[in-house]
Amino acid sequence: MRALILVALGLTVRHRERLPKDGPAILAGNHNSNLDALAMMSLMPLRLLPKLRPVAAMDYFYSSRLRGWFADQIVGIIPVKRGSGKEGGNPLLLAEQALDRGEILVIFPEGTRGEPETLQAFKKGIGHLAKARSKVPVVPGFIHGLGKAPPRGSALLVPFNVIVSVGEPLYGKESYDAFVSELEAAMTALAAQEKLPAWE
Amino acid sequence: MSAILGLPANVVYATVAIYALLVIASIVVGVLRWKNPGERYSELASRTDSWWWMIGAFTLCILLNQTVAIFFLAFISYLALKEYLSLIPTRRIDREVLLFAYLAIPIQYYWAAIDWYGMFIVFVPVWMFLFLPPLLVLRGRSEGFLRAVGTISSGLMMTVFTLSHMAWLLVSGDVVNPVAGGVGLLFFLVVLTQFNDVAQYCWGKLFGRHKVTPHVSPKKTWEGLIGGVATTTLVAALAGPYLTPLDMRWSALAGLILGIAGFLGDITMSAMKRDLGVKDTGGLIPGHGGILDRVDSPLTRHRCSCTSSATSTTHEQEPAHETAQVPVLRRGGARLDPCRARSYGAASRAAA
Repeated sequence: MRALILVALGLTVRHRERLPKDGPAILAGNHNSNLDALAMMSLMPLRLLPKLRPVAAMDYFYSSRLRGWFADQIVGIIPVKRGSGKEGGNPLLLAEQALDRGEILVIFPEGTRGEPETLQAFKKGIGHLAKARSKVPVVPGFIHGLGKAPPRGSALLVPFNVIVSVGEPLYGKESYDAFVSELEAAMTALAAQEKLPAWE
Repeated sequence: MSAILGLPANVVYATVAIYALLVIASIVVGVLRWKNPGERYSELASRTDSWWWMIGAFTLCILLNQTVAIFFLAFISYLALKEYLSLIPTRRIDREVLLFAYLAIPIQYYWAAIDWYGMFIVFVPVWMFLFLPPLLVLRGRSEGFLRAVGTISSGLMMTVFTLSHMAWLLVSGDVVNPVAGGVGLLFFLVVLTQFNDVAQYCWGKLFGRHKVTPHVSPKKTWEGLIGGVATTTLVAALAGPYLTPLDMRWSALAGLILGIAGFLGDITMSAMKRDLGVKDTGGLIPGHGGILDRVDSPLTRHRCSCTSSATSTTHEQEPAHETAQVPVLRRGGARLDPCRARSYGAASRAAA
């Protein structure tokens, strides 16, 4: 998969030096394609690969056995049950434990892939997580190109260059809402620096 | 032609010379950085490092064997086309059609590999040009149709048609070039092309005052252009007789054409980038930008170098010239003419 992303698509990383050198850390990306998590993971050196854990929705990845096996065994996702926070549980417990073990989480705060190549409002989960572990850096990464390569609902891979622009690390705050807005603003700023060709 | 490791001896000498030049350049850059630490020469240093990678990959693949070389060159076309398609505005519904554009690459390089010049020369400008618009129409939306046809077709011309001439020179050059074979012709072309870029860059940096095209590419100066072209012409005149069937005079002319065409290719790409609002076409090659930034000048040049020689009139009617035994003919005829010589090859094969 790494080879596919690096050779067939080609990954350009802007500000590579802003990436965390080691865990614990959180990489927050925008979500346009199934390959996003793999693109984010291929940003980090291979030696950190065992520590990389994408956080993903349970209902999607465990909807079929094959997908569940792939997500568990190959990618090593951390499952989150959507909406379980309302029932009183802590949906992010597994994620917090992973951070305590020094792992690096890959999170897509938009929560869903949505419309390709457009940013959507962030969900609050990342704010809660950053508040709970406020010493852990949250590094925003704006990905573009992958939403064109295979957008939602299409399995056909058409090669496009992929660019990931890495932002300065942010840290959790008392107010999770304020943190989410700050992260959103950072992501929008990264997007604004890119010259994106029209795609309609 | 004498051979070392199965390669024409002159090509091996040329390779050694390139590496020697690279070593000298690295030493000079190293000294400059040592004397002026900081940002000033860091771009130059990463440029030089990238040259090591590019020249390493190029020489390894080209010298290994012809099939590897063709795959390598096709891969360059692929990278260039991908970069281009990622930069231009595209229509969402055309996503699948773009796969057909990519498909043109293996097909075009296949024509080069089997040395079918007639097909090779019309495939992109005629067949792909006529085949893509109906596909785009069938996507069922007419807004932006003309823009899609225009951008995709010219992208194919830029990245596939022109660059594939490298593969074609490599395959078909053996017949016309007893001195150093197809690989010699390819070397002459590619090395001089890139050398010319470096020469124009150096002359421009050292003496550049008067801008050629202030609006398109403000860094290009008359001093750089003239100095670069003169240097390239000189090097071509010296190297040409050893790598190509041209004598010194014609080699110099080839160098002159290469120098000017390279400049035109360069500013064409600059204009495109300006229109799209980007500085570099990509981040593939540190210090240089994207692959399109690196192959921009070859684009125009490869085509020019072939067409210009196709206008040659001195074609000896020597039916007996079976492949290799024609040093006198080619040296005397004094014209690099792969385009026409292709039909020669075919004729002599038919005669045999």
